[in-house]
Amino acid sequence: MSASVALHLTAEDEAKLDGSWGEGMAMAMRIVVALARLSQAPRLIDVATAHIDGCLYHGQAGLDFAERLVELGATVAVPTTLNVSSLDLLHPGLVRLDPSEAVPARRLMDAYVALGARATWTCAPYQISSRPEFGTDIAWAESNAIVFANSVLGARTARYGDFMDIAAAITGRAPYIGLHVAANRVPTLEIDCSAIAGRALATDAAWAALGFAVGRAAADEVCILTGIDPVQVDEDRLKALGSTAASSGGVALFHVAGSTPEAVVAGVAWPAPGTRKVALTAGDLRAARDELTTAAGAGERLDAVSLGTPHFSLTEFERLAGVLADGVPFDPECQVWISTSRAVLAAAREQGYAEVCERAGARFVVDTCTYLVPILADSVKTAMTTSGKWAWYAPGNLGIDVVFGTLDECVASARSGRVVRDESEWG
Amino acid sequence: MSRSGGDASAGVAAETLCVGAGSGEVLRLDEPLSLWGGTDLATGVIIDVHHPQHGISIAGRVLVMTASRGSSSSSSVLAEQIRAGVAPAAILLGSRDAILTLGAIAAAEVYQVQLPIVLMDAAAIAMVPASGLVEVRATEEEASVSW
Repeated sequence: MSASVALHLTAEDEAKLDGSWGEGMAMAMRIVVALARLSQAPRLIDVATAHIDGCLYHGQAGLDFAERLVELGATVAVPTTLNVSSLDLLHPGLVRLDPSEAVPARRLMDAYVALGARATWTCAPYQISSRPEFGTDIAWAESNAIVFANSVLGARTARYGDFMDIAAAITGRAPYIGLHVAANRVPTLEIDCSAIAGRALATDAAWAALGFAVGRAAADEVCILTGIDPVQVDEDRLKALGSTAASSGGVALFHVAGSTPEAVVAGVAWPAPGTRKVALTAGDLRAARDELTTAAGAGERLDAVSLGTPHFSLTEFERLAGVLADGVPFDPECQVWISTSRAVLAAAREQGYAEVCERAGARFVVDTCTYLVPILADSVKTAMTTSGKWAWYAPGNLGIDVVFGTLDECVASARSGRVVRDESEWG
Repeated sequence: MSRSGGDASAGVAAETLCVGAGSGEVLRLDEPLSLWGGTDLATGVIIDVHHPQHGISIAGRVLVMTASRGSSSSSSVLAEQIRAGVAPAAILLGSRDAILTLGAIAAAEVYQVQLPIVLMDAAAIAMVPASGLVEVRATEEEASVSW
C-alpha cells in the first residue's frame, strides 16, 4: 500500500486531543484526526462555520453519539446551523411518525441544540442570515448545502456528513483535503451549454433538468458550464442545478462561466486549454425531465404537488404568489405541499405571499421535508414536483410515482387534478 | 504480497482504516451499494431492488466493496447496524471511503465495538476468494486479510 502521509498537528490540536480542553472536545478531535489520517491530510485547518446534517434521525446510534457529546460537555466552537430533522415542530402531528421514532427524533434535535447549534432546521442555510464569505473554509454537510456553498458562495467545504460535521463544529478544525485545497477546485470538465436556446432555460425546473444532465456527465468531477448568459442565472436556479447534480451524480462544486464567483475571478483562464469537453442540448433537458418522471404523464390523475426541495426561498414564494394571484384554487383532491424553513415562512407571511398560497389551498411544512418522512397522505399514488432532487428520491423513499415539471405545469396540474404538460415550456 | 500459495491458507497485507478484528463468510459486492437506502437498518439485508444481491444480508459477512457509492447518511446506517449487531464482521475497501469509516469510528467511540475496515489495492482485492471464511486483523500499525 502507499505510504501514509504524516499528519502535522499543532500544539493546540494536540491539547484538544489529549483532553486538556475537556472530554467532549477530545472525542470530537479523535473523529477529526481519524478522518484526517484516513484521507491522508497533511494538517488541519480552521473552519469559520458548520452546517450539521446529523440531526436527521436514522436510528439509536446517531442519538447515542450526540447525547454522548452532550454528556461530555462539548459545545460548538463556530456558528453552526442545523439541517432538516424528522419532525415539523411548528405543525405538530403533520409528520405521521410512530412514537418509537418520533420520540428519539425529538431527543436528537434537542441534543444538537444543547451542543450550541442554531435551531434553523433547514437544508438551505444559505437562504438565511450569516452566509460564509468568498474563499472561507467551512465544514458543511448535506449534498445540496455543500454544492451551493462551494459553487454559488465560493466558500470552501469538503463533503462532510454525519459525525464529522459536528466534530468539526466542536473543534473548529477540519482536515486540509478535497475542496479546501485550491488546486482541487479547478474545473477538469467543460460542459458546453451554448446549443441550449435561452427560452429552454427560462424556467427553474429547466435548471434542475440541466443539473440532472450535469450530474450524469460530471459524476464527482469539478465542471464548468459555458455558453450560459449571466442574465439568466439566479440563486434559485443554481440551487435547482446543484441539488439535482448532487443527486444524479456526486457533484460538490460546479462553476458557471461569467456567473459564479470563482469563474468570474478566473475569467478566460477557465476552462484551461485541453480541458475535456461535452456539449448539452435542449433535447438533453427533455430527456432528463422524462428520466425524472416515473408516472405515465399527461392526463393522469394527480394526488399531490410538492414544492421546496431544497427549501423554498422567499423569491420562489414571490413567484408562486404571482402565479396564484388570479385566485383560482387547487383541486381539493390534490394536496399541495411547500417545504421551507421557519425563517423563510415567517418572511413569506410578512410579505403576504404565504396567504396567497394558502388561499389557493397550499399547506406548509417546516423543519423537515416531504421526501424524508411521512407527510403526504397514504392515498397519494402520483405526485408532481419542480424539484429534481425530490423527483430523484421520492419514488424510492415514499413508494409513489412522480412527474417532474415546471412551476406553471405544477400549478395547472394542481388546479385540474390531472397532470398537465406544456411542451412549449421545454424549449 | 501473497504470504503463501493457493493451498490451505493464503493472505494479503492491507492498510488499516479502522482498527479491529473479525472473520466471516466473504461477500463480494457485484455492484456498489449505498448502505443508506440500500440496506435494512435492523437486519442488514440488501433492500435496494436494483442491486444484483438484493435480499442477501451483509450481517456477519466480510464485505468486499471495490467501489463506494451513496449518501453520507450511510455513516449513520453503519453505526446503527453495528449497534444492532447486524453489521458486517469486517469491510474490505478498494477506495478511501470516509463515509463508512466514520460510521465505524463513531460506533467504536460510543459502543466500544470495533469493526475492522481495511484498504486494499485492486490486485490485492482481486486475490480475495469469492466464497469461504475470511479473517481480517487491523491494528494501528498494520492489517492483514487471510483465508
